[in-house]
Amino acid sequence: MSGLITPFLIQSAVQAITPILLASLAGVLCGRVGVFNMALEGQMLVGAFAAIVGSYYTHSAAGGVAAAMLAALIFSLILAYGATVFRGDAVVICIGMNLLASGLTAYLLRVMFGVSGTFSDPAIVGLAKIRIAALQDVPIIGWGFGRQTILTWAAWALVALVSVVLFKTPLGLRLRGVGEQPDAAETLGIDVRAYRVVTVLVAGALTGLAGAQLSLGAVSVFAEDMSAGRGWIAVVAVMLGRANPLYVAAACALFGFADAFSIRLQSQGLPNQLTDIAPYVVTLVALVISHRRRMRAILSPEIAAATPGGAAAPQPDAH
Amino acid sequence: MSAAPQAGVLRRLRPPSGAIAILFAAIVGGALVFASGENPAEAYAQILVGALAWDNLPNTLNWATPLVGMTLVASIPLRAGMINLGGDGQMVIGGLVAAIIPIYLPGPGPMVATAALLGAAVAAGLYAALAAWGETRHGIPMLISSLMLSYPAVGIASSIVRFPMRDTTTGLPQTALVPEGARLMTLSGPLNVGLILIGAIALLVLFIDRRTVAGFELRMRGTNVRFAGYGGVRLDAQAMRVMFSSGTIAGLVGAIIVLGSQFRFIDDALLTPAYTWSGLMAALLANGEPAGAILAGLFFAALQTGGFAMQRETSVPRVLTMVLQSIVILFLAIRHGVEKVRG
Repeated sequence: MSGLITPFLIQSAVQAITPILLASLAGVLCGRVGVFNMALEGQMLVGAFAAIVGSYYTHSAAGGVAAAMLAALIFSLILAYGATVFRGDAVVICIGMNLLASGLTAYLLRVMFGVSGTFSDPAIVGLAKIRIAALQDVPIIGWGFGRQTILTWAAWALVALVSVVLFKTPLGLRLRGVGEQPDAAETLGIDVRAYRVVTVLVAGALTGLAGAQLSLGAVSVFAEDMSAGRGWIAVVAVMLGRANPLYVAAACALFGFADAFSIRLQSQGLPNQLTDIAPYVVTLVALVISHRRRMRAILSPEIAAATPGGAAAPQPDAH
Repeated sequence: MSAAPQAGVLRRLRPPSGAIAILFAAIVGGALVFASGENPAEAYAQILVGALAWDNLPNTLNWATPLVGMTLVASIPLRAGMINLGGDGQMVIGGLVAAIIPIYLPGPGPMVATAALLGAAVAAGLYAALAAWGETRHGIPMLISSLMLSYPAVGIASSIVRFPMRDTTTGLPQTALVPEGARLMTLSGPLNVGLILIGAIALLVLFIDRRTVAGFELRMRGTNVRFAGYGGVRLDAQAMRVMFSSGTIAGLVGAIIVLGSQFRFIDDALLTPAYTWSGLMAALLANGEPAGAILAGLFFAALQTGGFAMQRETSVPRVLTMVLQSIVILFLAIRHGVEKVRG
């Protein structure tokens, strides 16, 4: 075991978790107000590109992060208004947004920088790693958090913040109400549309952070379609964690470790095309297991209550 | 979670909507081209000439063959209210199987080619059915299960052509060449028998959709899944059949590209043109209605073929066509929502 869990593994896992976690939190917020956000992949990509552009022109990582948040927020206007005020189908809008993000970033990459594929430049300033000397030698925690960007810290702080806001504040109650019972919320004088629009936009800014971590977090480079399925993994993490930030963070940690573990397998000589699939396989397995659990939880009272000859299954009473 | 768009948004799409959407996309795209210092009129003119001039029509048709194929892949499940996002993985499996069979199977060319096409279709169909099984048996929404299965398929195919099956003479990540006898017959210029095959499949899909019980049940499910279940359609089995059919076509598209134009499985070559996603957009445009979807697929194929000419003649990159396509779909999705509100 000690051979498998190395400081490097933990560090790369925490690094891999960050963008997925930030995007998942965006997904949690959208899911809570009743907007199914499948566009995380595209939003992240827009954020990643804008971060590179911002950093290139302002020569500062902060400029890159600000640009990423702003661009992802503007991009999210499509979903925010399209799925609420204009009542379009969120699934179709999200598929369109993902493709638009892919096409638009590739287009702008060619027109603005005259390259295709990947872009890096000395003028781009990456995010600094915060070194915490006191943590460096602490096993596990120190390995994971001793040298990470500010966005990694922000991501975990946001898990706490989003949990508190959602479950402990009047604002959170309203947000959940908007998602669960929009009609009731409306009756209580809550502007459902406005809550949805603002939440989707705030979530958009979070996906911008996710993108910034992707392009400025490790090596400062933008590659076409560099979100590479992470946005979809975030969608799954939201599903697995049932839109509860803490559970969602746990799901993200699982994927992060799968990702880091796949890098470790590469160093054992396995082709990276093969090890890259680890997070997706883990995702599928996790989905299957979680469904089994849920089904067993639903079925077991029925089985207990089943009487001989009682063919009709009793309706499980949720309350 | 409101995952599946059961109440199809783009149903009863009237032609004017489509025309307005294209106009809107042209204006936004034109602004984008203008902002990057190029002449939009020139770019669009090049797209038109590149796609529709008599000499260029064969190229358009050649590009349309896989794209319309992938349109059918997306439209069959969409007709029943399901979304297959795993076309990439299914197409890659088809392409790889179609390359492997002729390399190892001796025999007369046409027979080997037939075996390769069938093998590709069945393998990809089964893989797609796995996504349906994920939904019916394991409760994973089809959107997610099909997409999540796609990445491993692509990754495994990629490692296979990099290592065990790599063509050692070129050193590139690709298989050896398929024997000449097993390649698809050329019709003229870039066109091969694959065009006829996809055309026949398109007609078959239309026939099944319009004239058979299976097609009726498919549309019934798309309109109201609970009603279909109540009416006696075995929903789980239907989902498996629908995804199997969808996957078979994806497998055939992969096989046609491998046996008809590239003559070997080249890593990533099937995915770079993004046929899956263009096909999905075309199918979404018509909400799965096959005739409309095929028309939209042809339109996108013309747009993309014209994009090559535009990139050659002006300095506007051809990914612009991808941007135009997604603007069309976004515009229609949002506009249709507006119409729904107005009644």
